[in-house]
Amino acid sequence: MSTVTQPHAPPKETAHHDHVATRGSTSLSTFLSTYVFSKDHKVIGLQFLFSTLVWFLIGGLLALAVRWQVAWPWSDVPVLGKLFAQHGGQMAPEFYTMLFTMHASVMIFLVIIPILAGAFGNFLIPLMIGADDMAFPTLNMLSYWFMWPAFFFFGASFFVEGGAAAGGWTSYPPLSTSTVSAPGSGMGQTLWLLGLTMVGVSSMLGSVNYMTTIILMRAPGMTMFRLPMTIWAMFITAILQAFALPVLTAAGFMQLTDRLIGTGFFSPEGNIINNAMSGAGGGQPLLWQHLFWFYSHPAVYIMILPAMGMVSDILTTFARKPLFGYRPMVYSIAGIAGLGFIVWGHHMFISGMNPALGVTFMVATMMIALPSAVKTFNWLGTIWGGRIHYTTAMLFAISFVSMFIIGGLSGIFMAATPVDIFIHDTYFIVAHFHYVLFAGTAMGVWSGIYFWFPKMFGRTMNEFWGKVHFFLTFIFLNGTFFTMHILGAVGFPRRLADAYHYETFHHLQPLNAFMTWCAMGMVATQIIFAINFFWSMFRGPIAGRNPWNANTLEWTAPSPPGHGNFDFQPVVYRGPYEYSVPGCEKDHLMQTDPPHPAEAAAAAAAHA
Amino acid sequence: MDHDNRDRNAGSGGSPPGKIPGDTWADGLPKGRRWSGIAWSLLFLLVPVLGSAVFIVAPYYDHWLPKDVSVHGKSIDGLFYFILVLTGVVFLATELILFWFMWKYDAAASSKPATYIHGSHTLEVVWTIIPAATMLFLAIYQMNTWADVKMRRPRMAPSVEVVARQFEWRLRYPGRDETLGTEDDLFVVNDLHVPIDEDFLVQLKSMDVLHSFFLPNLRVKQDAVPGMKQPVWFKATETGTYDIVCAEVCGWGHYKMKGRVTVESRADFDRWLARIEAEQKATQRGPEEIPVAAAD
Ligand code: HEM
Ligand SMILES: [Cu+2]
Ligand SMILES: [Cu+2]
Repeated sequence: MSTVTQPHAPPKETAHHDHVATRGSTSLSTFLSTYVFSKDHKVIGLQFLFSTLVWFLIGGLLALAVRWQVAWPWSDVPVLGKLFAQHGGQMAPEFYTMLFTMHASVMIFLVIIPILAGAFGNFLIPLMIGADDMAFPTLNMLSYWFMWPAFFFFGASFFVEGGAAAGGWTSYPPLSTSTVSAPGSGMGQTLWLLGLTMVGVSSMLGSVNYMTTIILMRAPGMTMFRLPMTIWAMFITAILQAFALPVLTAAGFMQLTDRLIGTGFFSPEGNIINNAMSGAGGGQPLLWQHLFWFYSHPAVYIMILPAMGMVSDILTTFARKPLFGYRPMVYSIAGIAGLGFIVWGHHMFISGMNPALGVTFMVATMMIALPSAVKTFNWLGTIWGGRIHYTTAMLFAISFVSMFIIGGLSGIFMAATPVDIFIHDTYFIVAHFHYVLFAGTAMGVWSGIYFWFPKMFGRTMNEFWGKVHFFLTFIFLNGTFFTMHILGAVGFPRRLADAYHYETFHHLQPLNAFMTWCAMGMVATQIIFAINFFWSMFRGPIAGRNPWNANTLEWTAPSPPGHGNFDFQPVVYRGPYEYSVPGCEKDHLMQTDPPHPAEAAAAAAAHA
Repeated sequence: MDHDNRDRNAGSGGSPPGKIPGDTWADGLPKGRRWSGIAWSLLFLLVPVLGSAVFIVAPYYDHWLPKDVSVHGKSIDGLFYFILVLTGVVFLATELILFWFMWKYDAAASSKPATYIHGSHTLEVVWTIIPAATMLFLAIYQMNTWADVKMRRPRMAPSVEVVARQFEWRLRYPGRDETLGTEDDLFVVNDLHVPIDEDFLVQLKSMDVLHSFFLPNLRVKQDAVPGMKQPVWFKATETGTYDIVCAEVCGWGHYKMKGRVTVESRADFDRWLARIEAEQKATQRGPEEIPVAAAD
């Protein structure tokens, strides 16, 4: 198995020469099947990674435009102002509504969800469980290619009449169902719904595959309770997706038919919008909110559980210490997933939903903070007594923990229904979800990229520039998002093109300007990351199989692994976190290392 | 350990980036320099330090909860402060522990191997039970305020009907007969008047899309849903004029859907109503000219 194809092997690779030769003759079709319509989970993972990183950039630029308007409303937009010059160089309010809608939609549906499950899930699952590929490689390929219609629909919607969707990423009807309600409620909104459906199809294909693969294709000896946390998280995420997605898909179709053939699922009787009767009526706007959040609350966990798993693995590797409380960690992920299905109403406390029902959702929401707390304490327990190595991956992982604490704690304010009356739909909410999603998940993703880059490309990223990237991102992100809590405390509403004409908010402009400066710094910092990424792909120091001396199975495969992943049959003897076993000559026992005499003694002593 | 890191298919091992020759521990990873471990832990110390500083300083610059002028607002704010203290303590404790562990367990600072430990039953139980009890307490403790604000509706006829539409607040006072939907109803736009120290009951509706009736100073927020009537009540405690904000995105003009609420004495309020009535009679404005939500 040493002559396997290695798609990203550098030219010096000796085992590669004969392949270059064979490839010469059938070049185009081989190229297509190796790099484009590949069924290899690693190539698909990287395809997801590159596509989502491109959308990450687009989403980031949209965010800067949003921030520009919030900080300096109605002032000419530099450079880009000419491109959409409806009013000289300044931004029209409908353009602003479109910007924040599409920023969130792109970030959630085209970046975070696909980068976690699509990129990392695909790349890591077979490698970490010791399988040669996914259970259904064709399905896997399709899960990537179904993203393209979504890319197309979202991308094209910017150019249709009226512009892209402008009803918020939550797309509440009747604003979103009535085509006359706003400029972006025309074709843009229809394309948005089609795009959303395609993302759903893609996720569903992936989810079926992940569940099957993890259940059926584990290497000999890899019991469920020897799985690394990354895999547990991916597994439970896949289950969440499988159960929650059908509801969103159905709701999306209902909204589509409301718009296209006037079914009126979500439009009430006798609604007059823009001086025109709208729709057949007989529907209920709140129905959409229930269906939407029934998916989208579990989805916020789809957007963080995999990052939690990856961070757990990275923390143990660089603390050289077993994970603290492996089983409690697994159970708390399961608890989050279970409770995650009965808390959706916390997005609707003041929506007009029965307030007594709100109380139930409030209690469930308070309870879901519990597994999050347990996880945090166990992460702290993991680095306690460790030997911490401050690599870039580790710094990002530690910052995940530090920032998740903030995001989790702000959740408690909002879970308290009376307080939520005041802070709902203010920047407090914006602060909350950026702490969990940007300061949490995105930092976890960077941690994962720096950590698994050697496995993906056979080379390591530059550590010095990695740390510069970390440092600046960390500073700027807190500058941008921490202050949002303060805006929220004043009641500063989200999604307003200009709030300074209100007496209550007119003094908040300087703070907003500060935040926008930080946001610009944050986006600019990513140039460092991009250069480091591409430079290291081709020029970085070549990594061995196991540059971090980690324990899990992917580090026993070549870097990058060839087609079929392993050049031997991995057999698993232990859990993934056997670091610093007393009496053992190396400080890590890989999952495949044969049983070691020191192990039994250490285990006995540890449990005594 | 295999030092030939050019051999990509070598066994376990290979060199980490930026390896400092001779400076390795049994874990085979570069030991790093002590000052860098110190610097990184200090960076994370900034989180609790600056984090609490921001919350302490902000109120002095008036970047804080706007002045509350309602009865129930007192208990909402009280709850806010209670949670702030609670989460503040947890925030400081966890972030400081994180900092301390980073400082202390830096590989460069110790020559000992990491502690071989897989967890602790006792600790898991402790740190599950304590937060669980706290959260449960918090859940029960706040229920009364919620019930006051959203469930125990005062027994009275609506003092005003607020109909939201893109992008204004249409108000209808019941007039002398104190009944909405009759001849003598009074119509106003964006200019809500409220008598002080009296229960005030709003009947909230929307004509078109979702809106949210947000009175920051009265700690009131309620979505207006077309097809539904939402009761909203409060008791204002201080005279003055405050903002009405729309807090649910309702289209391009959402940002300018601004109204004002004036809290005044009963006498001033009655005088204002009488003036509106006179103006309305004089200009013959009636329900026909100002459409209100069709679903009544
Ligand atoms: C500690 C546990 C958490 C609690 C108690 C909690 C609570 C809440 C509550 C009550 C809301 C609704 C607030 C409102 O709109 O008035 C909310 C919003 C939100 N939460 Fe959390 N949350 C928690 C963790 C998370 C996590 C882990 C994520 C994501 C990874 C997340 C993502 C979001 C998002 C995206 C929203 C806002 C959606 C929107 O309105 O656009 N939350 N959270
Ligand atoms: Cu939620
Ligand atoms: Cu609005």
